[in-house]
Amino acid sequence: MKLGVLFSGGKDSAYACHRAMEEEVACLITVLPSNPESYLFHTPNISLTSLQAEAAGLPQVTVPSRGVEEAEVADLSRAISLGVEQHGIEGVVTGAIRSVYQATRIQRVCHDLDLWCFNPLWQRDEEEHLEEIVSSGFRFLISGVSAAPLGEAWLGREVDGAALDELKAVARRHRMNPAGEGGEYETFVLDAPFFRKRIEVLGASREYRGDHGIYRIGEARLVQR
Amino acid sequence: MILVLDLSYRPGSLSADEFVSPVERIVREERYRTTIRHYTDPVHGDLASVDGAILCGTALKDFGYLEDLERFAWLPSFPRPVLGICAGMQVTVRIYGGDVHPETGIGMIGQQVVAPDPLLTGKDSFPAYELHCLSVTPPPSFRVLATSPSGVQAVRHRERPVYGVMFHPEVRNEWLIRRFLSLCRPGKRRTDALM
Repeated sequence: MKLGVLFSGGKDSAYACHRAMEEEVACLITVLPSNPESYLFHTPNISLTSLQAEAAGLPQVTVPSRGVEEAEVADLSRAISLGVEQHGIEGVVTGAIRSVYQATRIQRVCHDLDLWCFNPLWQRDEEEHLEEIVSSGFRFLISGVSAAPLGEAWLGREVDGAALDELKAVARRHRMNPAGEGGEYETFVLDAPFFRKRIEVLGASREYRGDHGIYRIGEARLVQR
Repeated sequence: MILVLDLSYRPGSLSADEFVSPVERIVREERYRTTIRHYTDPVHGDLASVDGAILCGTALKDFGYLEDLERFAWLPSFPRPVLGICAGMQVTVRIYGGDVHPETGIGMIGQQVVAPDPLLTGKDSFPAYELHCLSVTPPPSFRVLATSPSGVQAVRHRERPVYGVMFHPEVRNEWLIRRFLSLCRPGKRRTDALM
């Protein structure tokens, strides 16, 4: 079955893509919101998903979105329809874990378009999920934080085994979702088992205000793995 | 031991991650052993040793199980408790002589309990995650336990502990699966009892 993966560039959509390769991944699908407070879509460094698609050797379908709550669903539908037209996809894969809000909207869009919908990470234990991502060979960094326990020092930090232990401890202490499902943090994938090349960050800046921060990657390139 | 049955379009599909693994995790957390089978696998060898069976849901576009009902011919003679979830409810109701019809429910939807039963004790109404485009018309041998604006949501056989729920209890209503497990064989044959 040809599938399109809803791809934000973060760990969960990349891991969902990895799982979806058990079928056939025909394209990545990315909605590019101009609103940083997007309800449905992960936003920091979203424009760099094109570099990740290139690293994976997968075609990418993108559509811009104003990031206004219900208009986002129409934008998502448009993006998925392009996946059908351009790559013949028969189904969509998401990296949703707990978000009933996100899953409901995507399920409705797929139902309206008569497409299959797969959520291979659905209801996973978040700690086990994080451990599996790291142990499977994914490399990712923290590209945004929106919760007080995750201060400026986390911005740009790569989540290796030691960082993962810290993240889990912080999450337990503050009753935070360890996978960042509540938007507590965002991630950017530098390398994945299905990448042909990995991403090297050459330049980035940190913006941190209140409890919110973004690690904005200004320059990055593909290098041999 | 609980039989967890995968009703999706093929064994080991992406749908199993979504509809079977979450149920299996809850069963494990309740310290029951599980036997996971695809509905096309022969299960007769398992039936004598399991304390209950859970038939899991499928993706919205997946109806293959309804074309293959003879695979579930063991259900009426299985003496232990059964919980059919979504697709599993449709199969259970069909096997006992009821029917299915198009009716869609997607998302968190309010459930109204309409008849008392140990599975729903203490619940008059609650929100639940629905993901279906078929609903059921249960046969006379079943009682309707709960409804929502998108059709019958919970049923039970009038004489046997055979249940069906159209919503997905593994999402935000795990208590229902845990409660079903307590009906299977309270305090016995659990892994803690064996260790």
